[in-house]
Amino acid sequence: MSDELDLAAVFRREAGRCTATLIRVLGDVDLAEDAVAEAFAIAAERWPETGIPPNPGGWITTTARNRAIDRLRRESTRKERHVAAQRLHEEDDDMDPDHARDLEALDDFVDVVADDQLRLMFLCCHPALAPDAQVAMTLRLLGGLEVPEIARAFLVPEATIAQRLVRAKRKLRDNHASYEVPRQAQLPDRLHVVLGALYLIFTEGHTASSGDALLRVDLSSEAIRVTRVLVELMPDEPEAVGLLALMLLTDARRPARLAADGSFVRLADQDRGRWDRTLIAEGHDLVRACLRRNQPGPFQIQAAIAAVHADAPVAEATDWSQIVALYDQLFALQPNEVVAVNRAVALAELRGPAAGLEQLDALDADRLDDYQPFHAARADLLVRAGRLEEAVRAYDRALALTTNPVERSFLSEQRRRAAP
Amino acid sequence: MPQFLLSVWHDEEYEVDFTTEEFQRVGQKVGAFNEELTEAGAWVFGAGLMPASSATVLRPSKEGVSMTDGPYAETKEQMGGFWIIEAPDMDTALDWAQRASNACEGPVELRPMQPEE
Repeated sequence: MSDELDLAAVFRREAGRCTATLIRVLGDVDLAEDAVAEAFAIAAERWPETGIPPNPGGWITTTARNRAIDRLRRESTRKERHVAAQRLHEEDDDMDPDHARDLEALDDFVDVVADDQLRLMFLCCHPALAPDAQVAMTLRLLGGLEVPEIARAFLVPEATIAQRLVRAKRKLRDNHASYEVPRQAQLPDRLHVVLGALYLIFTEGHTASSGDALLRVDLSSEAIRVTRVLVELMPDEPEAVGLLALMLLTDARRPARLAADGSFVRLADQDRGRWDRTLIAEGHDLVRACLRRNQPGPFQIQAAIAAVHADAPVAEATDWSQIVALYDQLFALQPNEVVAVNRAVALAELRGPAAGLEQLDALDADRLDDYQPFHAARADLLVRAGRLEEAVRAYDRALALTTNPVERSFLSEQRRRAAP
Repeated sequence: MPQFLLSVWHDEEYEVDFTTEEFQRVGQKVGAFNEELTEAGAWVFGAGLMPASSATVLRPSKEGVSMTDGPYAETKEQMGGFWIIEAPDMDTALDWAQRASNACEGPVELRPMQPEE
């Protein structure tokens, strides 16, 4: 049993790296994906007997490459496959992954693996792909998740994810997408898209319902895993570090987010003793490291806000003036309604519910009509201001916009208490 | 080298009138963009189109080819012009499309052409 678990862990850890390298070598995403899957199948048969090799990634990559050559030789009827086969033959002959000398010779071939992973990240999160396609591509190719796992994680049919992946890969191929890290001039914009997709995966995991959690891949952990790789590859990008810090500091609260009965617990009501101190310590270190660089960005500021929360041993001790100041800074960079709503909530903590409501009501209500957090925040402040009838109406609107069952039951309970 | 179609889209009521300040400005920017394409060796072809109302659609049928007055797609948005460019990869093509969109001050669709066999 533990062997099985080890294999799954190794596979998931190595899948992104192996696929990334194979795409470069084979020049084709589908071929690479199939070859890596085949190599994993062979490993699953052999490793229980032989043990996991010292360099499992190298073993998988070499085996996948050899398999791809075999297949291309068999099926090189199509022109492009023929070209790919040609490229492989030029590199050199078959290598034996269990042969030490061959593994060494393989170094040139696998060494640039770090760059390959970056290439793959930028390919999966290409701005010409829709965000849901970027997310599916990232989880499949970099995270090594199977299509059914991704589908279950997002509670959508398998066919939907499969189709998303096929379309995305086809679009990239039809458009001659290059397998390169973007040029310096484009890098900030492109990196922003990658970070956005990773954050989307994280928040999906964070807000996902808990009931069937055992059946679902933990998207938050997957997002953290891929973001760690990104930070390793781009240690000088403060926003990437900021995103990792934000994820860790948010994830640290996870043990306290749900009560024993599975109901949602607000930040203010959470048992802070249950927060994960190891994650908080790491998150803090990362926040400090980014701040020293003095190139503030949205993820770094949000991480700093999460760090201020983590600093407070009890909710009452929260340094709200610092949080409001950080939201001001965030709003200067991202002057949108989402930030404004969060800032208003923080302001209400500092100066009372009336001050927060004043800010919320100054926002463009039409544009926020479909934004659930606006109505939920407003409802809460209305309760605290004693305006209960309005609060109930705001809860109704928030409930109408909430699909997550845990959040729904939380809001229903709040509404019940507010109802005069 | 791969070729791409960049098509320019605007409202069907769009009237080209070079006496206005707007068209003087856009015309100048598009001219400069065309020069950039040519200098980079990316230019294959490009042209602006007469209004969509000047179009005729022809359809094959058993009785011969029929004709209808007006554009094929009866939508508010019509193609107003296009370029065919050569670019080594998608990102380069997207970069050109971005510049095209800035020059025309409107949406531009990028679409890869089928490769020549």
